[in-house]
Amino acid sequence: MMTEKYPFEQKSDAGKGPVKRLVVLPFRKSVEISFKSIKARFFRSMITTLSLVLAVSFLSFVYVSNDAANGLLAADDPDLRQSLIQSGYDLAPGADRVDSSPKQRWIAILSLLVCAVGIVNAQLMAVTERFREIGTMKCLGALDRFILRLFMLEAGMQGLAGAAIGALAGGLFALLNAWFMFGAAAWVHLPGVVVTGSVIKAIGVGCVLSLIGVLYPAVLAARMQPVEAMRAEH
Amino acid sequence: MDAHHNIVRVSDVTKTFKMGKVEVRALQGVSLEVKAGEYLSIMGPSGSGKSTLFNMIGGLDKPTSGKVYIDEVDIAQLDAYELAWLRCRKIGYIFQTFNIIPVMTALENVTLPMVFAGMNNDAAVDKGLELLELVGLGDRFQHKPSELSGGQQQRVAVARALANDPAIILADEPTGNLDLSTGEEIIKLLKTLSRETRVTVISATHDFKMLNVSDRVVWVRDGSIDKIEERDELSISVGQIGAREAAATGGRTE
Ligand SMILES: Nc1ncnc2c1ncn2[C@@H]1O[C@H](COP(=O)(O)OP(=O)(O)OP(=O)(O)O)[C@@H](O)[C@H]1O
Ligand SMILES: [Mg+2]
Repeated sequence: MMTEKYPFEQKSDAGKGPVKRLVVLPFRKSVEISFKSIKARFFRSMITTLSLVLAVSFLSFVYVSNDAANGLLAADDPDLRQSLIQSGYDLAPGADRVDSSPKQRWIAILSLLVCAVGIVNAQLMAVTERFREIGTMKCLGALDRFILRLFMLEAGMQGLAGAAIGALAGGLFALLNAWFMFGAAAWVHLPGVVVTGSVIKAIGVGCVLSLIGVLYPAVLAARMQPVEAMRAEH
Repeated sequence: MDAHHNIVRVSDVTKTFKMGKVEVRALQGVSLEVKAGEYLSIMGPSGSGKSTLFNMIGGLDKPTSGKVYIDEVDIAQLDAYELAWLRCRKIGYIFQTFNIIPVMTALENVTLPMVFAGMNNDAAVDKGLELLELVGLGDRFQHKPSELSGGQQQRVAVARALANDPAIILADEPTGNLDLSTGEEIIKLLKTLSRETRVTVISATHDFKMLNVSDRVVWVRDGSIDKIEERDELSISVGQIGAREAAATGGRTE
């Protein structure tokens, strides 16, 4: 890295022995700072994450509902097949899988998009509020990428928590819904592993979304010159 | 290293701000040399360019023309890493608005620059406590800025500025948001530090209490240096200072 030239090396620090001319922020410390930052602004973080919770719970609901329906289909029971068709699943004769309908897919994609825009907006505001803090950190020696990392970590943690809550809630709701429609059979034939996979997939989508949403605001914050950052608030 | 080398050298620095079509010439050719260990005050009325000069010396902003040398290194030549290192290790900043990071405790604020400097956590905490003790806040280390008074926050800022044993402490109106006696305490603290640790203190201010402790005073006016006075030239009566203040601010009362 930048270890070749140290303009101050020969000058005043010659007596202090070899000191690395690098500024660092250990990963653990970044996590600690980000976590405290979320805790200190808990309410704001919750609002930022709320739309994510909703969007991910819908996604998870769609996934898990389909998993449950597939479980019923796999049971190879004509009665169950009939009740699936009655409750609105498009089953061609001989089909052995159900898939999310185009309508469901569209709603899921739209809700995720709306949620991403909401995150960008909320994070832009959060970053603006913290210009002075960012400027101060830069005066203390923070590199652009420290700032970027702190914001990404915060968003990652928020995303993980929000998406986990959303995915579990959505999945649970889908299971209750299946039980309501098909009775105990839905639970008996439930493919546990697949459902778990679906919930994890929904959590992953939520995390990625949260990170994408913070990327632009975080880059903006990281690139700020200290003076700009500190003046901006007035 | 000789004790009286120039730690800061400002050479014919100008700064022009463009706001649409209007150009504001905040600095118009400032040259200045600061010796290691000196306590220097930059005095001048509001809008004279003190903060702008502060930002140039601190490597927080780039001059339109001219050069700033810290330890005879032209800081315009530094890349982002070296500049960050300079801000972290060589310079301690103190601001009028304290700028304590609001979500961190006093101790965390003081240790942050040491973390950036690569010090391990225990050593940083020990030194942070020591520094807070030094500025008289030994028992308040767990407090958040919102639980501290302005004067106490500024003390935290002083401790934080000292975290990595910088060669220079730069202060932009450190007493600007403090009442008379609290301001005086901060000034005393800075003076004590400068005497005991031989750190160079450069302070932009229009607080006349600063005059008594300064080795040298640079009077700035309309973006250029009006005059530079040594300590012994400063032994002037309060009445004259009052008159000078009136003249410097164009008769305006602060
Ligand atoms: N970012 C900027 N954009 C435009 N003009 C600026 C900017 N920063 C400073 N100026 C102008 O430069 C001049 C000097 O400003 P500066 O902040 O350095 O004054 P100062 O001596 O610190 O004043 P004060 O005592 O009020 O803090 C002023 O006329 C100000 O309006
Ligand atoms: Mg100013």
